[in-house]
Amino acid sequence: MMLIDPHAHMVSRTTDDYAAMAASGVVAVIEPAFWLGQPRTFVGTYVDYLSSIVGFERFRAGQFGIRHYCTVGLNSKEANNEELAEGVMEWLPRFALKEGVVAIGEIGYDEQTPLEDKYFRLQLELAKELNLPVMIHTPHRDKKRGTTRSMDVCEEHGIDPSMVIIDHNNEETAAETLQRGYWAGFTIYPSTKMGNERMVELLKQYGSERIIVDSACDWGISDCLGVAKTATLALERGIPQEVVHRVCYQNALDAYGQSGQMNEEDWLNPSAIDQRTLFEGNTILRGGREPHIEVPGERRAGQLIIE
Amino acid sequence: MADTPDQLLERWVIGQSGDTGPWVRDQLVLLSQSTKERDLHKFLGLAPRRLGKADLDLSAKDLTDADSALPGWRPDGWSIDGAARVLGLLRFKGARPFAEIFKDLRRTSDAAEMIALYRGLPLYPEPEALDFEVGEGLRSNLKPVFEAIAHRNPFPRDVFDQHRWNHMILKALFIEVALAPITGLKQRANPELARILVDFAKERWAAGRPLAPEHWISVAPFRDDPAIRPELDQAIADGHLTEGALT
Repeated sequence: MMLIDPHAHMVSRTTDDYAAMAASGVVAVIEPAFWLGQPRTFVGTYVDYLSSIVGFERFRAGQFGIRHYCTVGLNSKEANNEELAEGVMEWLPRFALKEGVVAIGEIGYDEQTPLEDKYFRLQLELAKELNLPVMIHTPHRDKKRGTTRSMDVCEEHGIDPSMVIIDHNNEETAAETLQRGYWAGFTIYPSTKMGNERMVELLKQYGSERIIVDSACDWGISDCLGVAKTATLALERGIPQEVVHRVCYQNALDAYGQSGQMNEEDWLNPSAIDQRTLFEGNTILRGGREPHIEVPGERRAGQLIIE
Repeated sequence: MADTPDQLLERWVIGQSGDTGPWVRDQLVLLSQSTKERDLHKFLGLAPRRLGKADLDLSAKDLTDADSALPGWRPDGWSIDGAARVLGLLRFKGARPFAEIFKDLRRTSDAAEMIALYRGLPLYPEPEALDFEVGEGLRSNLKPVFEAIAHRNPFPRDVFDQHRWNHMILKALFIEVALAPITGLKQRANPELARILVDFAKERWAAGRPLAPEHWISVAPFRDDPAIRPELDQAIADGHLTEGALT
């Protein structure tokens, strides 16, 4: 089964993770621009970060036959550093036009400060100008109200809910997000966000429409196989294959495909130049070289010898 | 008069761009008059969206024309969007020196864009001013970016000093990039490179790792140089090497 993980911070993950994701069926990932676990203090480091998620990380993923897309934005945490935020906002429009940028994101609220609000709104305007989808990070604290407020602000700026993915939903926020017409992301992230058994219950309750499962795997204790494990568990517990296909693949493609920058053809039938350079999913044009796919964890657990 | 490289690029891109041809023409006119870098950024961003990413469809005559316009230039393997990006950059009037504009583009480029920018190297003005940028490209961890400089590109042959040339060949062997498509491989062989390659071969043998068959291309012309001959003889005696590999 082909899977998409539409929220994965791959810059923080190892090659073993890429290998495991590829083996689990992941064909594409979306890397939302976010903080790196600690705030940046220079505009230049932020610019280089954006450059790495449209550049090197894309190449790295391609080596494992995984297509890499990203979203660009100024996240809510770092929006609180006004000097940094002003600088980043100057560079952002350039990155928003890069290939494979499928949304402005992840943006929204953290502590719901006035500065967060200011840069959230400025970036909604940028998304509107460029006709790009928006990926919204909903806050950990005061979550329900922060989620409602995020949607209110989108509507205030005249953004169509069909262009907005509200991420990190839970049982308390799901109904409103879906009822208002937004895409609802659910992040399978141990301890702090959603578990996959709870996710299966949500699928039983809500079905598959506009629901998207992701892992948000990052530098914290998280699981890059969040999507694959949810798909497997859901099938085991009797969720129809069609529902699993929609929430673990098709809906993400439909939502972010609105950018025009993400097409199934990218992995099913990649262009010749990509096969020669950036994507090793198909070995035909690469002289039959073996794809770098191995059994997950083999390097760590089974193999004593390092050659 | 023979076409210049940018005239050839324009002919190929527009010839292959169908309904998008007029847009490309308008953009090129705009860029040739514009000093606003935002116009260039926009064109570079829109090129793959409007033109797609197909390979340039080049005939044997096109390749001959390319070589006449710029000896050693081989645009086979370029994509239409990459060609359009290089063309746009060449036509852009700009207000700053070319190398400054290039640096700015390179450090904010996505992967495919960076490949295109470096493929265009032999066509840009003031090659010496791009020295640092070329170094950054060679140091890149993106293999296709390294290949954009090394393969089917006369720039290294024509511009690199010996040190940079030698390190490009060494890195190619390290990261398993083919040597055959490197323009000027035989002309630029030199005794210093041969010596380094012999040392490198000994490291690989000591580690029990294989050598690329292409390893000896740049060594062969100097196989009788007294600086390396005894080591080659030893390697042959040890069964690592045959005289045939050195011819």
